[in-house]
Amino acid sequence: MPRFTFHRLWAIVLKEFIQMKRDRVTFAMMVGIPLMQLMLFGFAINSDPKHLPAAVRAADQGPFARTLVAALRNSDYFTLTREAPTEAEADRLLKLGDVQFVINIPEDFSRQLLRGERPTVLIEADATDPAATGPALSAVRAIASTVLSRDLTGPNARLRGADGPVDFQVHAHYNPENITQYNVVPGLMGVVLTMTMVVITALAITRERERGTMENLLATPVRPFEVMVGKILPYIVVGYIQVSLILLAARFIFGVPMVGNLALVYAVALLFIACNLAMGITFSSLAQNQLQAVQMAFFFFLPSILLSGFMFPFRGMPEWAQWVGSCLPNTHFLRIVRGILLKGNGLAEIAPELWPLALFLIIAMTIGVKRYRQTLD
Amino acid sequence: MTAAAANPAELAIDVTGITKRFGQKTVVNAIDLQVRRGEIYGFLGPNGSGKTTFIRMLCGLLTPDGGQGTCLGFDVLKQQAEIKRQVGYMTQKFSYYEDLSLRENLDFIARIYDVPDRATAVQRSLDRLGLANRSTQLAGQLSGGWKQRLALAACLIHSPKLLLLDEPTAGVDPKARREFWEEIHQLAADGLTVLITTHYMDEAERCHRLAYLAYGNLLARGTLPEVLAGAQLTTWVVAGPGLRELAAALKKLDGVEQVVAFGTTLHVSGRDPQKIEAAIAAVRDPRHEWKQIRSGLEDVFISLMDTAKDNFA
Repeated sequence: MPRFTFHRLWAIVLKEFIQMKRDRVTFAMMVGIPLMQLMLFGFAINSDPKHLPAAVRAADQGPFARTLVAALRNSDYFTLTREAPTEAEADRLLKLGDVQFVINIPEDFSRQLLRGERPTVLIEADATDPAATGPALSAVRAIASTVLSRDLTGPNARLRGADGPVDFQVHAHYNPENITQYNVVPGLMGVVLTMTMVVITALAITRERERGTMENLLATPVRPFEVMVGKILPYIVVGYIQVSLILLAARFIFGVPMVGNLALVYAVALLFIACNLAMGITFSSLAQNQLQAVQMAFFFFLPSILLSGFMFPFRGMPEWAQWVGSCLPNTHFLRIVRGILLKGNGLAEIAPELWPLALFLIIAMTIGVKRYRQTLD
Repeated sequence: MTAAAANPAELAIDVTGITKRFGQKTVVNAIDLQVRRGEIYGFLGPNGSGKTTFIRMLCGLLTPDGGQGTCLGFDVLKQQAEIKRQVGYMTQKFSYYEDLSLRENLDFIARIYDVPDRATAVQRSLDRLGLANRSTQLAGQLSGGWKQRLALAACLIHSPKLLLLDEPTAGVDPKARREFWEEIHQLAADGLTVLITTHYMDEAERCHRLAYLAYGNLLARGTLPEVLAGAQLTTWVVAGPGLRELAAALKKLDGVEQVVAFGTTLHVSGRDPQKIEAAIAAVRDPRHEWKQIRSGLEDVFISLMDTAKDNFA
């Protein structure tokens, strides 16, 4: 039995360091991934989202109503982006996801308040993501009592009341019971597809290069476009199997309501799967070996999970993070799937999320085809 | 008659001044090459001499930085797609799919080339190379010799007009090598042009014509007798005791360019016959037996390589 020796151990350690030094991409990833995680978790992610877009439908223009609107505007939680003149308009804004809340101030708000009748303010919330709406809804009561109490002075001070001067009714649309699974399970579809599709195809071309079969393939008349699409097509089938499994589980295990058209989900999934496959193929043509390809896929996967609105409310992130998130196909796909399944959105409502997917696909595919070298030069 | 004077229609490969640079390094330096149709052309040279790079340029895998010419009548710079369709290229490293069976590999290649009546073509190819009873075996499980046969079968499946073989017999046993060469000669007799790189001298001697490449330069070419005569090398063989000391002494003498041990003898070569005879006279020992022999291909190639090194050092 040979004894353990330090010089043999040291030989292995030195060799590992030399190899680590040679593989620049891996080395960059070792530094890059922790930095990215630090940025994402440290700065971008916020489970107490602020500045949520809201619309106000104020039927009363009295002083108290204006005080309330001003207070909401000044609070961190809301950004009053719209005036919604009609109920139909308010519904549409919610459905498109343009606003998270619609705040309805009734016609004789100020008068009722002065009479001590505790007027009802109806807050309609897009509750598909309970995490995004919860903190804001609890804040609204506090804000209202504080500002109105300030205005209710002198003889009116008695109106402050124990429960506050105003009664808030919250109408949680699309997910009235605030069930997290309703939001997470459809979102999972995007995450699962991103993970498997990008990784599998990222390996596809790199494997050919690593095993030497690429040289052979390049010597044949096969065109780059044929190789790319030929490698993508089989995985579209795999992607559809995943979509079906998740939909079945969502329906029968988690009882997620499916208000919208499932055929539309399948149609959009094609575009989304293609986006991820094109991304994977592009990584594949950039990476020198399979390890690098997996690392690149991971580098893409991390923001796709954290910045897309899957794990944390999209609107809770700072602007730069939202901007990064908007470049990721998963962000748009999540909104589409949640929109179709939970809100019953149709093609018209999801259109604003479709073109970014199409744009992403075109860009990724172009880079991929360009980077795929037809010769070994 | 030289190759250059041959009828252009008879030339499968006709290139001049082909050059390839990787960064500052010129890997292939202005090579002219003419290969006739139906000819087996041997390409020799030390490792890193540019053989593989040259072959890759012929089949469109690399774009030459300079030079021009045709391969099977197509422009090597512009018509790479047409060339790829009619060339069979066997890479140095086995480059078929190890996780596909023999039949699946052949079928894949046949589909890529759009071979007519594919099923028959695949079966014929399996039969001809004696792989029929192994058709369901995975390529990764094959031994070196069988992998080489599969690779040959695969690059012949689309009936190419030109076969480019990059060290096809490296690591293959002598019997398999012999069978491989018989196959190559049969194919050439049927009209296929073959360009083959090798390090084996016996294989070089089986080619119709040879070219010797070192450090990116073409140093010699022609038939075997032409190459041997062109080198103008004088070789003596010596047998007897104390050869190691003798070799050391000879290497210091003017006119002695190489001293190589061959079993119990030494081969002593140089390009100047007078100088080498003078050198031999200087170390003459009655116990040694000296004899002048015809220089072998290996002596010639080593001499060419040493000369090339002097020129490029």
